[in-house]
Amino acid sequence: MRMIKALTAIAAMFLIAACSSEQAAAPATTTVTPGSVADFRQNVGDRVFFDTDQSTIREDGRATLGKQAEWLKKYTNYQLTVEGHCDERGTREYNLALGERRANAARQYLIAQGIPAARIKTISFGKERPDPVGSDEAAWARNRRAVTALQ
Amino acid sequence: MNTRFDMMLPRRQTILGGVALAAGTAAPAAAQLTIDMTKPSFEPVPIAIVDFKGDKVGADIAGVVRNDLQNSGLFRSIAPSTFIQQNIDPNQPPRFPEWRQIGAAGVVVGQVTTAGGNIKVDFRLWDVVVGQQATGLSFTSQPNNWRRLAHIIADAIYKRVTGEEGYFDTRVAYVSETGPLGARVKRIAIMDQDGFNNRYITDGRSIALTPRFSPTLQEIVYMAYGERNEQPRVYLQNVDSGRRELLGNFPGMSFAPRFSPDGTKVVMSISADGNSDIYQMDVRGRALQRLTNSPAIDTSPCYSNDGTQIVFNSDRGGTQQLYVMSASGGGDRRISFGEGRYATPVWSPRGDFIAFTKISAGSFGIGVMRADGSGERMLASGFLVEGPTWAPNGRVLMFFRQQPNSGGRAGSVTLHQIDITGRFERQVPTPTDASDPAWSPLIPQ
Repeated sequence: MRMIKALTAIAAMFLIAACSSEQAAAPATTTVTPGSVADFRQNVGDRVFFDTDQSTIREDGRATLGKQAEWLKKYTNYQLTVEGHCDERGTREYNLALGERRANAARQYLIAQGIPAARIKTISFGKERPDPVGSDEAAWARNRRAVTALQ
Repeated sequence: MNTRFDMMLPRRQTILGGVALAAGTAAPAAAQLTIDMTKPSFEPVPIAIVDFKGDKVGADIAGVVRNDLQNSGLFRSIAPSTFIQQNIDPNQPPRFPEWRQIGAAGVVVGQVTTAGGNIKVDFRLWDVVVGQQATGLSFTSQPNNWRRLAHIIADAIYKRVTGEEGYFDTRVAYVSETGPLGARVKRIAIMDQDGFNNRYITDGRSIALTPRFSPTLQEIVYMAYGERNEQPRVYLQNVDSGRRELLGNFPGMSFAPRFSPDGTKVVMSISADGNSDIYQMDVRGRALQRLTNSPAIDTSPCYSNDGTQIVFNSDRGGTQQLYVMSASGGGDRRISFGEGRYATPVWSPRGDFIAFTKISAGSFGIGVMRADGSGERMLASGFLVEGPTWAPNGRVLMFFRQQPNSGGRAGSVTLHQIDITGRFERQVPTPTDASDPAWSPLIPQ
């Protein structure tokens, strides 16, 4: 976790440096080290989203997970934890179960794309770790998510 | 008359009590000093609680009794500043006309005496309407137990007036919430029912949720993540020693634990390959028994008051609904049929009702239905209300309310209690934001 934070901070510094030197919004793709966590987050996308009370991987999610699988086959040094999350519009215990279901759905999709099952753990956070914090449909849609975290 | 019986408390606390004080004939209760809380409407009973004599803690004890009774919604505590009779002798009948004049239906008087390092508290409830003693008891304990003595006295008054067991000598376990929502610190805390004597049971280094008491109050079960957010699991913890142990070590998440009424078993959900089913574990031998086997989410299990059945929620029918099964598994039947999603069922300690959280039309509600699913009634609603828990008398519920988040800031999260008629709701004070309340049984005396 700390490692990820540190890498994010470094990535942010690169971004700032890039912007100040080029005086323009340079594409982020040029500023991160290929194969880094920042590369995965920015150029692949670390999360997929779900419909209310659902754990089916949507079309947009399949695209993201497909890109994740490609990247992970290239950079095989990472272990993964897929974190399942829910919006706040459910009860705590049910949401823990629903988050687990979402994490597992994303995991199964990655396995089907050829990522070894042994590389992927899951954990559910239910509604305990909202990102972003908010009580409107836009925030809830972003909170119904499975996030692939790299270790 | 003064038959004395001693009730030993576990550990440090000893309360010698329940000694009846000799008094006049036991008269049938007068109309005005009784209340039928199941009636659709009633006026709170006006009651005057006089500061207890004999020691300065007497005023504190009277204050706790006033607060308990007033907070129940069934009593109206008359302001001591309006009392006409001053310097009342706790061993003599009060001057009834002077109490009738200020509208009191009952007067509570008492005295505190100290002997051998203990305090002895005598109290009498006088029925002002018929001019007789309604009840009177004496309790002895260590001085630092004075709040418990006050709650026990309030319970005795509540029982005499309502005919129902009291619930003031109880505790509440809950989740204390601090910090920003994205990195919320959630610690298990335990306090007295009235919000006093708050203490923390977990250290906040990992997320801890859904505490529930054992019937003796000596243990709690709850779910907690690891300190580096490892897989959440169910823990059993001794409240006083703080010693805790994993309740089974499974590859998947275990959550939603709850004790059986006799304390010998814990029912919980365990997930495997993304699917959550219900299991029960023998607390002593740790034998595990699987109770559901469905591809649906089966969670929030709760035993019936007699331990023979389990109510839980499941989305096996497409949406989250309530089901009842045998406590040994099988015989599942759906009991909720209204609009919306049903969750967190809790069986009343009296067996008559099941309380639940209901989500419909974008709003949350707390409701009750009879154990067969009939007679559904909603008691409270809001943006987010969740997690009802029963007072031991099965007549009052506690739950939590969360306000909407805005501007990236967390809305407040607070504990509330409400009677099962839905008439009287009040916020329960907590030092921090609070959720997941679990009401204890009466503290063993």
